[in-house]
Amino acid sequence: MRRQRLVMVGNGMAGVKTLEELLKHAPERYDITVFGAEPHGNYNRIMLSPVLAGEMSLPDIMLNDLAWYGRHGVMLHAGYTVTAIDRARRRVRAESKDGEVVEAAYDRLLLATGSTPFVLPVPGKDLPGVIAYRDIGDTEAMIAAARHHRHAVVIGGGLLGLEAANGLALRGMDVSVVHIGGWIMERQLDQPAADLLQATLEARGLKFRLGAHTGELLAGADGRVARLRLKDGDELPADLVVMAAGIRPNTALAEAARLRCERGIVVSDTLQTVTDPRIYAVGECASHRGVAYGLVAPLFEQARVCANHLAGFGIGRYQGSVTSTKLKVTGVDVFSAGDFMGGEGCEEVVLHDRAGGIYKKLVLKNGRLAGAVMVGDTADGAWYFQLVREGGSVAAMRDHLMFGQQCAESQRGPSPADATTALCA
Amino acid sequence: MDMSEAGRAAPAGGEDRKGRDGRSEQATVCCYCGTGCGVLASAEGGRITAVRGDPAHPANFGRLCTKGSTLHLAAAPGGRALYPELRGARATAGVTAVTAAVSTAVSTAVTTTRRRVGWDVALDTAAERFAAIIRRHGPDAVAFYISGQLLTEDYYVFNKLARALVGTNNIDSNSRLCMSSAVSGYKATLGADSVPTCYEDIALADHLLIAGANPAWAHPIVFRRIEDARRANPDFSLTVVDPRRTETAELADLHLQIAPGSDVLLYNAMLHVLLAEGLADQDFIRDHTSGFEALQAQLGSYAPGEVAAACGLPAAQIVEAARRFGRARAALSMWCQGLNQSHHGTANNAALIHLHLASGQIARPGAGPFSLTGQPNAMGGREVGALATILPGHRNIDDAADRAELARLWNIPALPGASGLAAVQLFEALAAGRVKAVWIACTNPAQSLPDQARVRAALAKAEFVVLQEAFADTETAAYADLLLPAASWGEKSGTVTNSERRVSRVRALVPPPGEARTDWAIVADFARRLATRLERDAAAFDWRDEAAVFAEHASLSAGRDCDMSGLSHALLERDGPQQWPFPAGAQQGTARLFQDKRFATADGRARFAPIGFPAAHALLPEPVDARHPFVLTTGRLRDHWHGMSRTGKVAALWGHAPRAEVALNPADIAGRGLRAGELVRIANRRGELVLPLAADAGVVAGQAWIPMHWGSASLAQPGANALTSAAVDPASRQPALKQAAVAITPARLPWRAAWARLADSPAAACTLQESLRPRLAGFAYAALSLTGRERNVVLLEIAAGAAVDAEVIAGLDAAFDCRADDAQVMTFDDAARGIAKRARVAGDALVALRLAGEVQAFGWLAAAIAQAESLAPLRRWLFAPLAQPPLGLAAAERTVCNCFGVGEGRIRACLADGAGLEGLQQELKCGTACGSCLPELRRMVAEAGSGLAAAAA
Repeated sequence: MRRQRLVMVGNGMAGVKTLEELLKHAPERYDITVFGAEPHGNYNRIMLSPVLAGEMSLPDIMLNDLAWYGRHGVMLHAGYTVTAIDRARRRVRAESKDGEVVEAAYDRLLLATGSTPFVLPVPGKDLPGVIAYRDIGDTEAMIAAARHHRHAVVIGGGLLGLEAANGLALRGMDVSVVHIGGWIMERQLDQPAADLLQATLEARGLKFRLGAHTGELLAGADGRVARLRLKDGDELPADLVVMAAGIRPNTALAEAARLRCERGIVVSDTLQTVTDPRIYAVGECASHRGVAYGLVAPLFEQARVCANHLAGFGIGRYQGSVTSTKLKVTGVDVFSAGDFMGGEGCEEVVLHDRAGGIYKKLVLKNGRLAGAVMVGDTADGAWYFQLVREGGSVAAMRDHLMFGQQCAESQRGPSPADATTALCA
Repeated sequence: MDMSEAGRAAPAGGEDRKGRDGRSEQATVCCYCGTGCGVLASAEGGRITAVRGDPAHPANFGRLCTKGSTLHLAAAPGGRALYPELRGARATAGVTAVTAAVSTAVSTAVTTTRRRVGWDVALDTAAERFAAIIRRHGPDAVAFYISGQLLTEDYYVFNKLARALVGTNNIDSNSRLCMSSAVSGYKATLGADSVPTCYEDIALADHLLIAGANPAWAHPIVFRRIEDARRANPDFSLTVVDPRRTETAELADLHLQIAPGSDVLLYNAMLHVLLAEGLADQDFIRDHTSGFEALQAQLGSYAPGEVAAACGLPAAQIVEAARRFGRARAALSMWCQGLNQSHHGTANNAALIHLHLASGQIARPGAGPFSLTGQPNAMGGREVGALATILPGHRNIDDAADRAELARLWNIPALPGASGLAAVQLFEALAAGRVKAVWIACTNPAQSLPDQARVRAALAKAEFVVLQEAFADTETAAYADLLLPAASWGEKSGTVTNSERRVSRVRALVPPPGEARTDWAIVADFARRLATRLERDAAAFDWRDEAAVFAEHASLSAGRDCDMSGLSHALLERDGPQQWPFPAGAQQGTARLFQDKRFATADGRARFAPIGFPAAHALLPEPVDARHPFVLTTGRLRDHWHGMSRTGKVAALWGHAPRAEVALNPADIAGRGLRAGELVRIANRRGELVLPLAADAGVVAGQAWIPMHWGSASLAQPGANALTSAAVDPASRQPALKQAAVAITPARLPWRAAWARLADSPAAACTLQESLRPRLAGFAYAALSLTGRERNVVLLEIAAGAAVDAEVIAGLDAAFDCRADDAQVMTFDDAARGIAKRARVAGDALVALRLAGEVQAFGWLAAAIAQAESLAPLRRWLFAPLAQPPLGLAAAERTVCNCFGVGEGRIRACLADGAGLEGLQQELKCGTACGSCLPELRRMVAEAGSGLAAAAA
C-alpha cells in the first residue's frame, strides 16, 4: 500500500516528540516532511535558561541534530516558514528567507507551530537591545549584550522572566525585573512563596519592581535602548530589555486555513483539530478543553496520544494534564503543582521557615491532595505531584504528609514505634 | 555541671579554711531535711559558688545528697523577696491578688497591689495593726505560724514575742505537720520529747525497723549509713513497714506492705507475738516501766491472725517481723511522716515505742526508737517551745509550775494558761474571724496545709496577713498584706538541732539580697515597736547578736531534759557540733539518753501508754466508699524538698521526676479502663486535682500516690493538699496528711498545648515562671516545670476540653518568645486539624517552642533545647508528630544520677551490655558521688538480671 504523507509544520519539541513516538509505533507508515523556521535541528527549549546562565552550551541541549532526520528518512526543511495551507488540495506552501518556495502534499498534517512571546505594544519596543526570550537567537543576543552592557531590565516576573533575569545576573549584568502582578510567578506561586523566592533572588542581586506597568522604552545617543520608563514616571537604566510577559499561541496559519481557534488551535482528545480530522495540533499552539499548555510535560503527553492516533491505533486519549512547575534557577528550589491556591472547600497545611528560606503549602480537598507549592525544599515535589495526579485519599498519612514521603509512608506501618524506628534508621 | 564534690576528704571544723582552689570555705549546715549534714560552702563576689560535705561533721562525714550538693545552685538569685511590700486596705474577697511582682489568679485571694515601703513603715504599720487588734480583741486575736526551717535563735525570739509580750500561746510551727505526733508519742512513753538514740546506733544495731519513712529518698545520708551498716554486719537485718514499695523497701529483708492507717494494729500484734513467744524482757518491764498490765489487757484482740486482714498482711509476716525485732541483739527503729501524719499519730508512735519497752530494746547502744525529722531545725523548735502545745525547755503549758518558772525567767507577771491554736485550728480560727491577724514566717501554708480550699479562704478573709519570707514567689505570698524580705540559707547565722539532738552552727557567707534581713532581727525589731505601743519593756527584745539570743535560750533550758546551758556559740565555734543534754560545766554532749534506765517521768519509769485502740479510732481519717474508692497516700521525691520554693529553682533537680503524676497499681489502671500517661481527675468533696496517670506496681491496688511537693506554683490546682484531710490527732493535733479518700476518673481534656523557652540564667527562669504562675489556674490542667543542667529551660504544658482562645495562646507565645510575626520563628499550621506550632531558632539552635493541638514531640524537642542540639538535622522534623526523635537524636529521659547527669536510657543500655553495678559505676560514673541513686541503680541491675534470666529461660 502507498505510504501516506505526513507533513509537520514546526520543528519544536512537541512536534518532534510526536514523530519519535510515531516512528516507534509505525516506522513504515508515513513519508514525513518537516518544516522548521529555525535553522537548527530540534533542541531542548527548556534548557535555554541553563545555556543563558552559562551552565550548559548549545550542543548540550540539541535533541535531534540534522543527522537524526536523515537516519529516519524525515525530510527536514530547516529555515522554511510555512505560509499557507490548502486544505482542499491538502498541500502546504513554505518560503525560505531568500524567497525560495517549497510545497508539500499531505494525507495527515501536524501543526506544531508553538507560540510567540508577547511583545508589549509600548513606544520603543522595536529599539535595538529590546528582545523577547524564546529561542537560541534570543539567548545568543542576551549573552552578547551581557558582554558589552551593564543594565538589563526583564519585563515579566514569570517563570521565563526570572530565568532570564537570573541568567543575565550570572553573566554580570545589573538586572531589574519589572512585573505587573502583585507578586512574582503568580501563576505558579502563592504570595508567601513568591515573597520568599523574591527575597532569595534579591539576595543574589536581582532587583524587583512589582505592580509596575511599563510606559515606554527610551533610546540613548547611540540609538540603542537606554532607559525604561514606568507609567508612574520612574525610570530604570536599561541597555537590554527582555520581554518575558507571556506567550501567544501561533495560530495565524491555522486561522488563515479557517481552522477553529480559541487561544490556540482547538483540538479533541485525540489532538485532531475539531475543524479538520486530517489535521492535528500539538504543543503550545494547541488548545485542549480550553487550555493551551506552556510546559513541557503536558506537551509530551499530547505527543504520545497524537502519535498513537497517527499510527492508526486510535486508542489513546488526551484528557488534559495536571501541571507542575520547577524553576530552573540553580540553588533556588521552587515547586508547585495542582490547585495550590486552595480556597472554598479546601484545607491548607502550611510550614513557614523564613530564617531557613523554606515555605511549603499543601492543599487538601475531600481527603485528597489537590495541590502543593514549595520554596527552598522541594525534595518531595515529585511525590506530592504523584499524589495529586493519582488523586487517592491521603487521610491515613495526613498529619505526616508535610514531612515527606519517608516520614509519611513510614507512618502507615502497623505501629508508630515501627514507623519512627524506620524513620531513625 | 559536676555536683560530685560530696565526700572529698578535707580537714573541717568551725572556723574559716581554704578550700581546694583557695576559695575561703565556711562550715555550715544543710537547710533541707533533719539529718543536719555539715556543709563546707565557698563564696565569691557575694555569691555562694560551691558546696561540699563537711568531712568533720558527725552527721554526714563529708557526704551530701543530690539536694545538699546543689545548695549553691538553689542559693542563686531568683524569686527572692528584696524589699518590704505593703498592701493598702484590703478589698473584700476579690478575684486576684496582685503583688508588686506579679498578678496572681488565686480564686479566693485579695485585691489591690502591694507597694514597696521602707522597713520603718513596714514594722510600724505591723506594730500598729497588731497593737490595735490586741487592744480591741485581746491577745488571742493574733497568731504566729512559723517554721522548722527557722534557726533556733529566730524561733526563740518569735516565741518570746508571742508568749511574753503579746501574751498568747497562738504560736505554732509547720513542724506541727511533721513532728508533733513524735513529740506526743515520746512524752506519752518516755516522759519527755527526747530522742534517746543517735546516728552511731545505726552501725551498732543488728536489726533496723523502718516504719512509714523512705530515707533512701527523704534522708539519703542516713540511708548511706544504713547501707554501710548492712555491708559491715552480715547479721544486720532490715524490716520496712510502708504501704508503698519504696526504694527503702527495696533494700529490706522483710517489707510489710501495710494497709494505710493500720500501724497500731501491726505494732500491737507484734507486741502480742513478743509476749506469746517469750521475746519480751520481763525484767525490764518490771523494773523500768509502768502501765504494762493495762495495755496487756487490751492485747487479747491483737493476735496476728486477728489483725492480719485489717493490716493487709499475711499473719506470718507479722510474726516474722516481731521475731526479728525481739530476737535482735540491738533493735533500732526509725520512722517519719508515715506514722506521724495520722489522726492517730500519737498512738502510732506509742505503739512502736512499746515494742522497745517490752523487749528492752532501748537505753543501750544500738537499740531504741529514733524518729527522723523532716526539717533542718524541727528539733530546735521543740527545744525552744515554739509550738502551740509546749513551752521553752520542753516545759508544758498545762503545768502551772512550768509557767511560773518561765514567767520568772522572762521577768513577766504570768504566762497565758490556755494552750494555743495548732496549725489546722489556727487557720480555722482565722476563717471564723476569732483570729484577725496572722504572722507567717518561712513557711508556705497555701501549699503545705491540708484542705487548701479552707486554708486559702482563711487567708483571704484575714484582716491582716504578714509574711516574713525569703521568697516572693510562694503560693502564700499572694495573700500577704505585708511582705517582709528575710535572709535565707548562707545569709544568716545561728544554730540548728538535727534528728540526733546535735546542735550545729549555721553561718552567713554572703549578705542578704536587697533589703532582706535576718529573721530574728526582724522579729526583735517588730517586738520593740510593739512593746512601746503596748507600754511594755522593749529592752526585753534587745540582743547584741544571735549569740546573745542563743545564750538566753540556753539559760532557759538549765535543769531541763534538754539542758544545753553549757552550750554557746563560742563553744560550738571551738569544739564543733554538740548533742544535748550539755549542762553548764559539761565537757561534752550526750550521745544517748536514759543509759541509766531512768526515764523522764516522775517515777523514772517509761510508760506503756493507754492508747485505747481501736475503739477510739477508725483506721482512716475518712471512709473509702463507692464514690471515693481510692486511698490517696502522699510522699516525697528524691530530688525535691517540701514546696519546692528552693529545689524547684534548680533545673537539674527536675531531672529525676520531671513532672507531678498520680501513681496507681497497673491492675487498677487496667481494671478501670484507664491508660498510663492519660490525664485523670483526682477528686473528693474538698477539691480536685488533674494529673497524668503513672503505673507503679509498688503502689497497692486500691491506693493512689501523689508527691507532696507540687502546688499551685507549678500546677493548675493546689496539689495533693487540695484533697488531703484536715482531721487531726487529738493529742498531737497533727493532721492526717497521709490518707484521704478520692475518686479517680479520666479528665477528658483532649486539647493539648506545650511551650518551652531557654532562659538566659536561673534568675531569668524564675522571672519567667513568676509571670506564668498566675495563669496556671486558668486551665483544667497545667504543669510548669524546668529542665536542663547547664541550661535552664522553662516548660509549660496545658490541657483543656477544647482549644483555648487565641488571646490566651498569644499571651503565652509572647511570654515564651514564640510570636509568629517574628522572622526568626518557624511556623506550622493545619487549621482544619487545629494544629499550630511555633519554633524560635537562634543560630543553629532551637531556643523556644510552642506546640498546640498536637504535642507528641514535646519531650524530645524540649530536651533538644536543653542540650543545645544542633538544629541542622532536626529542622526538617521539628513539627512532625513524632513521639520519638528521628535520626537517632537523643530522646528525653529521666535523670537517675544527678551528680553526673546520667539518664535512665544510658544506664539500661549499659545493663543490656551485661554490666553490673560496678560496671555502671566505672562506665558512667553514676552512683559514685552522693550515692542517692544507688538504691535505684541496684533495682535496675536486679531487673536487668531477671530480664536476662527470663530471656535465657
